[in-house]
Amino acid sequence: MSAQMVTSGLGSNAVLGEQFLTFILNDEEYGIDILRVQEIKGWEQATPIPNTPAYVLGVINLRGAIMPVIDLRLRFGFDAVEYSATTVVIVLRIKNLEGLERTMGFVVDGVSDVYNIPAGQLQPPPEFGGSIRTDYVKGLAMVDEKMVILLDVDHLVASDMELGESPEEQASTESALVE
Amino acid sequence: MSVDISQFHQVYFEESFEGLAAMESGLLGLSIGEPDNEAINTIFRAAHSIKGGAGTFGFKSVTDFTHIMETLLDEMRSGQRMVTREAVDLLLLSVDQLGRLLVATRDKQAYDEDAFNTALQNLQAMLAGAQNSPVAAQVADTPALSATAWRVTFAPQSHLFMTGNDPARLLRELATLGPCKVTCDSAKLPAFSDFEPETCYLAWQIELNATVPEAAVREVFEWVDNDAEIAVTPILPPPPEVKPKAEEPVAASEEDKPAARPSRIRPARLRRGEADAESQEAQATAESASAAIAEQAGGTEERRSTERRSTERRSTERRSAERRESGGGAAGAAAGGTSIRVDVEKVDGLINSIGQLVITQSMLMALSDNFSVDDLEKLREGLAQLERNTRELQENIMSIRMMPISFSFNRFPRLVRDLSSKLGKEVQLRVLGENTELDKTVMEKIGDPLVHLVRNALDHGLETPDIRLASGKSASGTLTLNAYHEGGGIVIEISDDGAGLNRQKILEKAREKGICGPAENPSDAQVYDYIFAPGFSTAAVVSDVSGRGVGMDVVRRNIKDLGGTVVVHSQPGLGALFRIRLPLTLAILDGQLVRVGASVYIVPLIAIIESLQIERGAVESISNQTEIYRLREEYLPVVRLHELLGIAPASTRLEDCLLVVVEVEGRKFALLVDELLGQQQVVVKSLQTNFRSVAGVSGATILGNGAVAMILDVGGIIRLCRERAADLPLLPPSARVA
Repeated sequence: MSAQMVTSGLGSNAVLGEQFLTFILNDEEYGIDILRVQEIKGWEQATPIPNTPAYVLGVINLRGAIMPVIDLRLRFGFDAVEYSATTVVIVLRIKNLEGLERTMGFVVDGVSDVYNIPAGQLQPPPEFGGSIRTDYVKGLAMVDEKMVILLDVDHLVASDMELGESPEEQASTESALVE
Repeated sequence: MSVDISQFHQVYFEESFEGLAAMESGLLGLSIGEPDNEAINTIFRAAHSIKGGAGTFGFKSVTDFTHIMETLLDEMRSGQRMVTREAVDLLLLSVDQLGRLLVATRDKQAYDEDAFNTALQNLQAMLAGAQNSPVAAQVADTPALSATAWRVTFAPQSHLFMTGNDPARLLRELATLGPCKVTCDSAKLPAFSDFEPETCYLAWQIELNATVPEAAVREVFEWVDNDAEIAVTPILPPPPEVKPKAEEPVAASEEDKPAARPSRIRPARLRRGEADAESQEAQATAESASAAIAEQAGGTEERRSTERRSTERRSTERRSAERRESGGGAAGAAAGGTSIRVDVEKVDGLINSIGQLVITQSMLMALSDNFSVDDLEKLREGLAQLERNTRELQENIMSIRMMPISFSFNRFPRLVRDLSSKLGKEVQLRVLGENTELDKTVMEKIGDPLVHLVRNALDHGLETPDIRLASGKSASGTLTLNAYHEGGGIVIEISDDGAGLNRQKILEKAREKGICGPAENPSDAQVYDYIFAPGFSTAAVVSDVSGRGVGMDVVRRNIKDLGGTVVVHSQPGLGALFRIRLPLTLAILDGQLVRVGASVYIVPLIAIIESLQIERGAVESISNQTEIYRLREEYLPVVRLHELLGIAPASTRLEDCLLVVVEVEGRKFALLVDELLGQQQVVVKSLQTNFRSVAGVSGATILGNGAVAMILDVGGIIRLCRERAADLPLLPPSARVA
């Protein structure tokens, strides 16, 4: 009975997209569309992928699937912290431009809360500021006098893919410049 | 009539594309001037099935088009028409057109009506054209039997539903010819308690008020000829001359064949479904009976399509995949959910393996119930059995994905025929080892590179007959496709006996493009390798066949992506040979586990030549940058894996490490690793599924302990290595940036 209610609640909210899961990163609170969250799991050692940026911690075995894990602290330029038993990985379903779905894990300091944020309370991100490029900030919202930064995860990952897409090309461009 | 026939569309299209492939190969095999009746029959049958299905599903343009092709084929079969080269060419073109039409119908897109109409007109023109056989004139005189009204008695046998036919559909079909008066004869209907839902008890008398030829009426009942008594009698005497209706443009010519006579029994063909024609109420048909008909039609249909699939497997199965690939860009992409047809034997083997696995599992379960140390031996046995079962199951499942390479090769006879006549060359195609099996995915991806190489061989390799004769060769060139298994992989060779690669021309072009320095004097093998460089083409004129220079680098890249290699051998004046080496499957590979620092990596066993301990003194360095290992008079560049992969090594002293000698594109390299761990088969999982491709890594796998290990792409490692070491560029930087 209660499960049904929750599902139906989610279903109706899906249209408005107003439920957000928030997590803490360096004492800041970030929110993501809750419908993109597949699961939340504890941290486990990842196998590093060669020649990828430091914030790509590696891949883990998620029930037989190979899933990359990204450290959002490092991604946003915060200092690294030791991973512990309480470190949390949020597993998200990400869509790329072609509509293909990927599953990726994001290491955060801790999961905070679930908020209902009506679309009207969303404020557009400021033009500049912080180490985050604002194009993957969906908006800002005030909840109980606290600011929550709502992330557009698809965008975040898309720009990641561009960044590291072709180390070969980068290398060859560099060598061309040298000569 | 609640059966949703659109669920059968996919099966219909699959079968139709197989049919088209069968028609094509049949047409290619037809010898001009001496028709082989069996061959024509095969083509005819394929066309007929396509037409029948199209009629059922209401694809009218397909029906009409196929009908004309069928008529033409029928004339050939009965000897009224000679098998000429023009006719075969026209039919081949029509097959192509039909293929496009089917693709458009499947994707619910508009088709090129102009092209369709042109093809249709060409066919009609040929049909109407002077028939060059004495028999034709004679038969053509027979007047078409027509009437303004017909009385049709349709008394199906009780097993009609078993054949998948639906009387209601036939009646509706008949109603499209003209107004019908239908009387149902329900005399045979038993008491309700004795009613068998799968038996047909009804018969019908239909009065059709339409000026149509008898053949048109009979055609409605074509599929049930064998399963019903059908009598068609004219109500009024036929008028002397009746023009066939527009929908039946060649119905009159159907009259020519003996098939039109009332007593004639045609072989029954299994058909299914129902037409989407207007509903025609059959009098006195009980509601329940009508519903039963619908359900039965659906049920038997499904059953039969399963049967068909299993019996028709192999030969047709091959063509379908081949066809799907050769359907090219749009067609291939739009196909969406692909399917494979699997030999029933393979499925049985699979079920067998599963059965054994279940037995082993229950045995182990029973063992664990009251486990004591005494049972240890039993447990060990059980686990050994489990391992056997698992391996068997794995092999069986893999074999499902394995298909003979003829899938891929089958498209080439047509390609070679078309191209050679276009280029004015005489070419004989030899195909060897077409039963060599390889993975379906590999096959799909190797199709385009193969086409490219074949086109190149025809365009650049083989000479025109006069040049061949002048150089003392036979006028017709030979193109050979060969496939065989070798060392856990498959080798595909494309060779021709043409002029071979022109070293001088390639070298000039390479220098012009800056691929090769003006002072360099590369070896033959290196020169031939330049043709795989991006933007390289020596063809003086860009023809529409080849010469745009985008091809060979794409060919090599595609093959590389599959974990394969391609090399070219050439002898001036004698021909060229392209040898492609591919892994049998992409899903599983034999790997060597190596440890570098704290991480475990997997090196594909196929790339490894040997592994050895480092001999002190055999390592030399060039200009203090590149290390070279001397192994039996060979000098191998040493690749320090830990540097490339960015890991802290266990030791930087060479003496503590091992070398794994790998071969890439015919050149050997030594990979420096900390430890060799063992060999095992690993299941390849793509990094791209959830991440992106990574240079130097071809994928990942999950080890026995659940940890993820990267599978190294040896070719990619070497490329990375070259890019890092600016001192050893294979290509000058300008070429690389382009």
